Amino acid sequence: MVNSSDPQAATTVVTPPEGRLTTADGKPLAWALARSQARAKRRAFLLVLPLLGFILITFVVPIGQMLQRSFYNAGFPANMPEISQWFAENPRGTDPDDAAWTALANDLLASAEARTIGVVGTRINYDVPGTRSLFTSTGRKVRRGIEPPYREALLEMDEDWGDPRVWSAMREASKPVTANFYLAAVDRTRADDGSIEQVEPRQRIYVMLFMRTFWLSLLITGLTFLLGFPVAHLLATLPMRKSNLLMILVLLPFWTSLLVRTTSWMVLLQQQGVVNDILVWLGVIGGSQRLQMIYNQTGTIIAMTHILLPFMILPLYSVMRTINPSYVRAARSLGATSWTAFRRIYFPQTLPGLGAGALLVFILAVGYYITPALVGGSSGQLISNMIAMHMTDTLNWSMAAALAALLLGSVLILYWLYDRLVGVDNLKLG
Amino acid sequence: MALPTYASPLERVWHYTYLVICGLIFFFLIAPIIVIIPLSFNAEPYFTFTEKMRSFDPDGYSLRWYNSLLTFGMTSADGPRDGRWWADVWANAKWVQAAKNSIIIGFFSTLLATVLGTLAALGLSRPEMPFRRPIMAILISPMIVPLIITATGMFFFYSNPCEILGLFGLPSNCGRLAGTYLGVILAHATLGIPFVIITVTATLVGFDQSLNRAAASLGANPRTTFFRITMPLILPGVISGALFAFVTSFDEVVAVLFIAGPDQQTIPRQMWNGIREQISPAILAVATLLVLFSIALLTTVELLRRRSERIRGLTPQ
Repeated sequence: MVNSSDPQAATTVVTPPEGRLTTADGKPLAWALARSQARAKRRAFLLVLPLLGFILITFVVPIGQMLQRSFYNAGFPANMPEISQWFAENPRGTDPDDAAWTALANDLLASAEARTIGVVGTRINYDVPGTRSLFTSTGRKVRRGIEPPYREALLEMDEDWGDPRVWSAMREASKPVTANFYLAAVDRTRADDGSIEQVEPRQRIYVMLFMRTFWLSLLITGLTFLLGFPVAHLLATLPMRKSNLLMILVLLPFWTSLLVRTTSWMVLLQQQGVVNDILVWLGVIGGSQRLQMIYNQTGTIIAMTHILLPFMILPLYSVMRTINPSYVRAARSLGATSWTAFRRIYFPQTLPGLGAGALLVFILAVGYYITPALVGGSSGQLISNMIAMHMTDTLNWSMAAALAALLLGSVLILYWLYDRLVGVDNLKLG
Repeated sequence: MALPTYASPLERVWHYTYLVICGLIFFFLIAPIIVIIPLSFNAEPYFTFTEKMRSFDPDGYSLRWYNSLLTFGMTSADGPRDGRWWADVWANAKWVQAAKNSIIIGFFSTLLATVLGTLAALGLSRPEMPFRRPIMAILISPMIVPLIITATGMFFFYSNPCEILGLFGLPSNCGRLAGTYLGVILAHATLGIPFVIITVTATLVGFDQSLNRAAASLGANPRTTFFRITMPLILPGVISGALFAFVTSFDEVVAVLFIAGPDQQTIPRQMWNGIREQISPAILAVATLLVLFSIALLTTVELLRRRSERIRGLTPQ
């Protein structure tokens, strides 16, 4: 096809005597067409290019850079070069010899004077909690002066320097490229001999959080389906005027600020809130047994179901609109009960909408942050909240990046599935 | 939805049960949004209907929380309400500052997202567009990728945007975008772009390409064709997309938490503070104003949608 917006494209066709098709100016037609198509392609691409560049720079590159932190952390080797060198030369299992202690003392002194000892301590602290102060306090003492033999001198400053876990952690940290943060993100750690083992039971939180995130997302997807299906069906079968009116009830929550909706659930569900008041007034519960419906998983589930419900209703509705009602009527006339007609004829036709809605709700739920942070208490926190905690509280950015990489990986798989099954160009908003 | 004449009694019962269930679900959808409106006029600092409110005693209602939106953060809130008092509100009140920031950031990020997004949607809707699907998937991804991941990435990137240039041996330090208006605007534009792409490409699906050809054959150059033919027809879609982008920015808090400085506190950021620290009914007053705002936006978008369907001849049924 010739680009429609290009009047200059040579399209006048004349048939020369020898029978080969050429354009008016004598060029072969196939060549002219290919050229014009290439130009059209280039033009279409040039229209998209500014935005593509913008997204790549402000979105794809930042996420890529962030993910790099999950396996690359040069904080230790950059500031402790000598001991890192020793680790590289001596295999795992070698007891620290005099050279190692000398290297360690030199590095500690240099790092303390360059005021980077905090960075080093923080890095080791990720692996062996409580060791940051070991580095900073030793750094202070080393600056006051240290004499050989270094082993005895350092052990005198702090006997924790003899702890094999510290040495093992330093060995791990001495390599800038590491998979340790991913190991930690699945509750694994390296034992002193380098093998991979599970962390202590009370520290196993990440796998549990991932499981909880997926389980709650699945539950919320199921709930939005249960609530969304009847409503979408009603909207699709009502006459246009009525359904447009009712549609407002679906679209208004969709357009209302997320924080507003979360706030209203906090107000409604708290112990002195409206829902508990009504239940007490109705006599369902006594005044002293007010239900705890917020700051726990229940709160997260209720609020997120409410917030994500329109994302289920809208795709279901747009598919149900296209279902021909005569199929169900035909089934009924052939003797099917209304249940059979629904189950065998109507429901299968809604599956494309159901798939689109369910995938979208699940994808959005898995990455939810604001609502669980505000109404989730401690039992309703999801993996996103853990990423935020590592970003702002513990400042273990590499850990945050590793968790983010795992979360992003699962979201992208689902997104790919969505694109294959539904197609991103079929995404609709209201 | 009418019951067929041949429905059995059981089916009739089920039909009405079904309608009741649907009614309850609609109630679930809308009640939480509506209930905060009367609660925001509470005279007491509670989040429930007091005795006086239930008996419709005027003493149970007040505008004190709306008033507190103006006075919160003022240097001298108690003075007479003259010009100087209002100047104080304009310059110092926290919520007024937040509203100003939200509007500035929302306006510019919408402008950026709409211009870039509409151009790209025009390209994506052309049948000749190469790599259409993967490119579309990349452009929509800011809507899909969890916000916390996006915000984390931006946190590092915006604190030193040129870090990556270091890989190519170029100077790797060129100032900060974090804590600046430009940074927040760029971040919000990124988040708003998918919405513009989705709405504008949806409008272009029904677009009759032969109109462009007709304009071209009558001697219009591509620019004239775009502004005189294409633009008026897709304008409703572009405006809906812009409104979506604006709402996205107006409602966004995670990116603001990570990259904005103290000068760029927006309304959602201020709400976030209010909810996390001591939640007071002043939050409900803000929420009520925001609900009214979304009703206005929804109405606009619905009118635009109908107009768009009408002028494209797509009026259903």
